[in-house]
Amino acid sequence: MMDACGIDSPEALFAHLPEAARLSRPLELPAGISEYEIVEYFRQRAAENANGYASFLGAGVYNHFRPVLVDAVASRGEFLTSYTPYQAEISQGTLTAIFEFQTMICQLTGMDVANASMYDGSTAVPEAAMMAVRATGKGRVLVAKSVHPEYREVLATYAKNQGMPVAEFGYGAESGNLDLEDLERQMDSLTGAVIIQTPNFFGIVERVKAAAEIAHRHGALLIVVFTEAVSLGLLEPPADADIVAGELQSFAISPSYGGPYAGIIATKEKYIRQMPGRLVGQTTDSRGNRAFCLTLSTREQHIRREKATSNICTNQALIALMATVFMTVYGKQGLRELAEQNLAKAHYLAGKWKPRFSGKFFNEFVVRAEGKSPGEINKALLKKKIVGGLPLGRFYPELADSMLLCATEMTKRADMDALAEVLA
Amino acid sequence: MYPENFRYTKEHEWILVEGDTGTIGITDHAQEELGDIVYVDVPKVGARVERGKSLGSVESVKAVSDVYSPVGGEVTAVNETLADAPETLNRDPHGAGWLVKVRLSAPAEILELMTAADYRKYVEAEK
Amino acid sequence: MIKKVTSHLSQNEALLFERSSPGKKAYQLPELDVPAVDAAVALGAENVRQEIEGFPEVSEVEAIRHFTRLSTWNYAIDYGMYPLGSCTMKYNPRINEVVARTEGLAWAHPYQPESLSQGCLEVMARLEAALAEICGMDAVTLQPAAGAHGELTGILLIRALLAKRGNPRKKILIPDSAHGTNPASAAIAGYAVESIKSSETGGVDLSALEQLVTSDVAALMVTNPNTLGVFENNIVRVAEILHKKGAMLYMDGANMNALVGIARPGDFGVDVMHLNLHKTFSTPHGGGGPGAGPVAVKNVLEPFLPTPRLKRAGKKLAFDYKRKHSIGRVKAYYGNFGVLVRALAYIQAHGGPGLRNATMDAVLNAVYIRKGLEPYYDLPYQSPNMHEVVFSDARQAKLGVRTGDIAKRLIDYGFHPYTVSFPMIVHGALMIEPTETEGKLEIDSFIDAMISIAHEIETDPQMVKNAPYNTRTSRVDEVTAARKPVLRWKPA
Repeated sequence: MMDACGIDSPEALFAHLPEAARLSRPLELPAGISEYEIVEYFRQRAAENANGYASFLGAGVYNHFRPVLVDAVASRGEFLTSYTPYQAEISQGTLTAIFEFQTMICQLTGMDVANASMYDGSTAVPEAAMMAVRATGKGRVLVAKSVHPEYREVLATYAKNQGMPVAEFGYGAESGNLDLEDLERQMDSLTGAVIIQTPNFFGIVERVKAAAEIAHRHGALLIVVFTEAVSLGLLEPPADADIVAGELQSFAISPSYGGPYAGIIATKEKYIRQMPGRLVGQTTDSRGNRAFCLTLSTREQHIRREKATSNICTNQALIALMATVFMTVYGKQGLRELAEQNLAKAHYLAGKWKPRFSGKFFNEFVVRAEGKSPGEINKALLKKKIVGGLPLGRFYPELADSMLLCATEMTKRADMDALAEVLA
Repeated sequence: MYPENFRYTKEHEWILVEGDTGTIGITDHAQEELGDIVYVDVPKVGARVERGKSLGSVESVKAVSDVYSPVGGEVTAVNETLADAPETLNRDPHGAGWLVKVRLSAPAEILELMTAADYRKYVEAEK
Repeated sequence: MIKKVTSHLSQNEALLFERSSPGKKAYQLPELDVPAVDAAVALGAENVRQEIEGFPEVSEVEAIRHFTRLSTWNYAIDYGMYPLGSCTMKYNPRINEVVARTEGLAWAHPYQPESLSQGCLEVMARLEAALAEICGMDAVTLQPAAGAHGELTGILLIRALLAKRGNPRKKILIPDSAHGTNPASAAIAGYAVESIKSSETGGVDLSALEQLVTSDVAALMVTNPNTLGVFENNIVRVAEILHKKGAMLYMDGANMNALVGIARPGDFGVDVMHLNLHKTFSTPHGGGGPGAGPVAVKNVLEPFLPTPRLKRAGKKLAFDYKRKHSIGRVKAYYGNFGVLVRALAYIQAHGGPGLRNATMDAVLNAVYIRKGLEPYYDLPYQSPNMHEVVFSDARQAKLGVRTGDIAKRLIDYGFHPYTVSFPMIVHGALMIEPTETEGKLEIDSFIDAMISIAHEIETDPQMVKNAPYNTRTSRVDEVTAARKPVLRWKPA
């Protein structure tokens, strides 16, 4: 090959680089190691983490069973090692699966159209906000304090540079639900988007209809966020929303210390052209057979560049595929039964430790520690190899005496009983 | 091919002036370059347009082209049929594929545009 | 002449919703060990949904067959080469998949106590250090989820620094050869975009740059090597011009596969850059993601990096949330950790010398392809190319055949197309990047295919224009898909 290139050493390939730009020493990295040593390295790292602990953490990332079919499908080389499906003729596998994914998200959320995924729930929120601002021409955003705190942080980062003022409205101190009076007070004609989460960060189910009424009356769009996708197996979908932005980690994505996950944006028909992200559409090939392809690409960066609806290119296709397999395995009956189990487990736990808020909750709720701090309680729990709930003081100073507990279908009764014992 | 009573811009728009109203569209050259048109984005009736500024865009599968207004004025009509049948723009760009009608605010601006003969030469040179 | 592929039966498969039968299940949950709860009572009857209408109901066998059949309709790296330019479609090592699934890592919750997450933190610290060394930079954030996300982060860092100095400025300069994410990211960061024309050798035109860099310009976003695969020979001078005017140099790291172990962006004047772990560092594309887009910076930008930052306190690692100059978060939690694990495994497997060898092979393969195809396809830029090469369809266009048609015919030969019609500064571009993964056999196969197609165009151009012929699906009607979008299945 070097002969064909007219060189006698591979170094000659770089001879044209300016001296000043060249690295004149080897990289200061260890030599390559065998796959057995690599497995061992990561096994040791894993051993330095929590292993064999029961966990009551939720707060946007949930422990759910992963059906074995998920990895069986996602590990297939045709899905794992394939590229973005720009060449439709040799990507019908990916395209068909995404079309099914888009459909199922619509069925779950009650929206007309869903995209092929965003990076995650936290970045889907500012993307949805920017979408609402484009659609209404109004730049102000009102977001509920009960939306996941880190999601609000990401929104703030994006909004700051878009000239998008963001204000927050509160939650009821007793109920944990949206403070709709506060929302009404802060609404104005310059607001393009109202953002709420259901179940909210405290696990409480929100009154979407009431929030929608306020938003719409003032000419703003309602964006409904979800972090616990399993809740949609049982909860009425937010049909009054204009845009739904959510996180699918619960659908067969292990917590993986924060990522990769998959976000989605779903919306009503009339906002299709404002949507960010890839869209797969149904069409026919020249022989008249049904086929799928990426479509409405003119919204995207590779065509519209600085005027694109988003800068997103690579998204979360493989993760979305995992969620698709999850949704298929559970299906219509299973997703409901799964949600019912989550409800049952969390309400059993609530019987042992009374929730602080009166609002109705799904699989998470806030508790107040009587006489002890959440930190002290968690320390005692760790001795029993239990990771307790999330102490809320880091995000909500007014709730510094409280923590957020989560129970899913994976939570064992014995662990909930053990938690109760520590409290007593 | 290029009607004599139209005037033309360097960005391949045409305008037909009748009284104080101008009908605006994109030329045959433009639609050919774009290929199959899939979507047309036009302003609403009542919107103001300015000479040389974008009044909307025309999309094919793989490209977007801004449409620049040849004149300043107010939009008095919009071609509603293009929403359902954007292919009309390909089929008949100088007739049924018109985009908007505008009430001219400065009719003299027309004089700065190309005639059909000039435009033909311009398109030849571009090729 | 078509040697790599032959005809083969592939199974048809309907959509899940068309295959469903009421009552079919593919799941089984354990029995509840706590009492069941009445949803209407617990949630309020108005909050409980009816069934999920239209949701699939299939058995496990039907599910596995469904997805398996679908998978056989895809091309993949495991089948053969993807010559896509700037995508760096290299082999996705399976060791990456194994280690990412190690239980203590895969099930780590981002909010579990840091004392019980030291393994995860160690992985991240190790990767940050390795990437800093590879890039010649001082600090790295692993938070961005993909390349475009990293671009946005990098531009926000520049904005924060310049704002702290008194003036964030208004514009970002972007070469006309740049990837679309560059201007899109700059716009989201609140900057106006000004295009800078490439020189006749395809690089940054120095005199144009001198003129354009005013006190309104915050930065130049450059890709090096550029999207023609050509190294920016004047890069040191480019950095000087910018720095003299108080502007910064951002580098899009998409083409790092040409530089790892050979040249370091930090050494040639880059202030901030992003990497694409799903390109250079072998993490799988998965049909469109996930990726990861770490950002590497010089010390001057370190205070602005996203919160939290990883720091060492004695033997322990911890996250530092007290970062008052930080631009804030760009994503919840810490980054696409599962992707970071894979990238670290790749770096460990290769080691320093191995990474450098990979770069040399990548460039050798691309230069070999250039030599092989030069007699048949027009080469618009004569400069030495690195890991990718860009041809144009100028010769074939005379016979009415364009780059898109050639790409479709290439599919019949058993290859995924190269990158079509990009970069935009080349009319009718064919952008080819083989990566170091490909051996001589696969590359010769590719070259033979391209030469064969060039001959086909001379004798029967119409045949090439109607390709592909050997795929399940012939060319799809993208026009109707855009005119009348059907974006979900609906019952009849």
